[in-house]
Amino acid sequence: MIDVRMAELDDIDTRVLDLLKSKIGREREIAMDSNVVEDTGLDSVSVMDFVMELEDEFDISVPLDEIAEVRTVSDLAGVVRRLTAAGASV
Amino acid sequence: MGIKNRAAAMQSAYSALKALGRDPTSLQFDRIVSPTEALLGNKPIMLFGTNNYLGLTFDEACVEATVAAAREHGVGTTGSRIANGTYELHRALEQEIAQFYDKRATILYSTGFLANLGVISGLADKGDHLLIDADSHASIYDACKMSDGETIRFRHNNPDDLAKRLARFEGTPGDKIIVVEGIYSMLGDSAPLAEIAAVKREAGPNVYLLVDEAHSLGVMGETGRGKCQEAGVEDDCDYIVGTFSKSVGTTGGFCVSNVEEFEALRAYSRPYMFTASMTPPTVATARAAFQRMAEAPELRERLWQNCHRLYAGMAKMGYRLGPEVSPVVAPQLPDPQTAVTLWNMLIDAGLYTNIAIPPATPNALSLLRVSVSAGHDDGQVSAALEIFAEAGKELGLLKPGNIAA
Ligand SMILES: Cc1ncc(COP(=O)(O)O)c(C=O)c1O
Repeated sequence: MIDVRMAELDDIDTRVLDLLKSKIGREREIAMDSNVVEDTGLDSVSVMDFVMELEDEFDISVPLDEIAEVRTVSDLAGVVRRLTAAGASV
Repeated sequence: MGIKNRAAAMQSAYSALKALGRDPTSLQFDRIVSPTEALLGNKPIMLFGTNNYLGLTFDEACVEATVAAAREHGVGTTGSRIANGTYELHRALEQEIAQFYDKRATILYSTGFLANLGVISGLADKGDHLLIDADSHASIYDACKMSDGETIRFRHNNPDDLAKRLARFEGTPGDKIIVVEGIYSMLGDSAPLAEIAAVKREAGPNVYLLVDEAHSLGVMGETGRGKCQEAGVEDDCDYIVGTFSKSVGTTGGFCVSNVEEFEALRAYSRPYMFTASMTPPTVATARAAFQRMAEAPELRERLWQNCHRLYAGMAKMGYRLGPEVSPVVAPQLPDPQTAVTLWNMLIDAGLYTNIAIPPATPNALSLLRVSVSAGHDDGQVSAALEIFAEAGKELGLLKPGNIAA
């Protein structure tokens, strides 16, 4: 059970990273510790637009004030993970 | 982080654009001659970037009422209504606006920006949710930041996307407040309010709709109440916010509502309580302007004639414009440099427009915002079209065959 859960969480990291990669195109290399603005070339509005894609992909609601705290791809995946888990436990 | 770093980042972002000519952030008019004409230095320039949709800034009745109010009631209130008291004039304007909309109550704010800050932050409490259109005005975004509620964006002008996001909240406690604008100020496109109101109705009783009619008041609807009136959904619009800084021709803002608890905001909406109230002259201008709007529906007709002519003319030349005819005509340009270059060329030719570049624009668009006024005469519209044709040709934006303006 626990293994399945861990696999799901790792999977969220990968899915978030892959979605972001396909949003920004091939020219830039990004990883989990990349900064979602500085390392992606996206402006703050495009990051918010990307969050709408994540909301649809994971069927969650991500409040704007949570996005304001996000620095890295890993932070963003962390928000998704937490909200996905919260949704599942309701 | 740091004051110096932030200023330096701004400077490096904009210095290349300033180098193309004038500084778009600090153009100075040396004299404003009429709602549609000014002097830049001693050179006359036509104003097509004012939001002065009905051309009321020099309207004789408005000017007279304003001057008389200054003489009679003084030039300022020197404080908020909570501290310094309400003037009879404030109350009269609030009642007149409530009557105009046929709603229970109006609350005045000192600007439209403050109205959004005060109302939106005051309505959404901890546990409530704001669902805002992704292309919302800065004042709506800042209001959401100030609010204790949580904010979710939905895709611009997309009722299905709104419905999907509302559905994710099914079963969660708290009120849901949808926030949209009548006309969006960047591309001039208007909200599909009938569909949005239907989504709201289906979502249940704890879902409210707030419409910012900043650019649609005095412009749309049978009596000029705005997009809610035009779409026939005024009963579904729980809160209507507006500004006096566009069609009304002065400064100030308001919210009008039928919701029973609405006026409680006066006791806790900080942008109402802790800033000086509208001055007697600005209140008097607004009152006179609402009266002019009622007496002179031909102003609205005239505005739309000009909108149609300008939009059709520019579209025919080959400019890529917003999706519908509107008092904001917004040619889309390939990049910020081209937008600033064209803006400078138009000014050199005697035509003033607004520049709009990322991050202030949706989808990183670079635009000019051309705002149309009932005050423009046929000659001015023709002249503006000619200037656009010439400049567009010179910049290589338009194919030569298209340019029969
Ligand atoms: C949609 C919208 N809301 C609010 C405002 C603010 O209005 P005001 O100029 O009265 O502060 C504006 C104008 O800038 C606007 O475009």
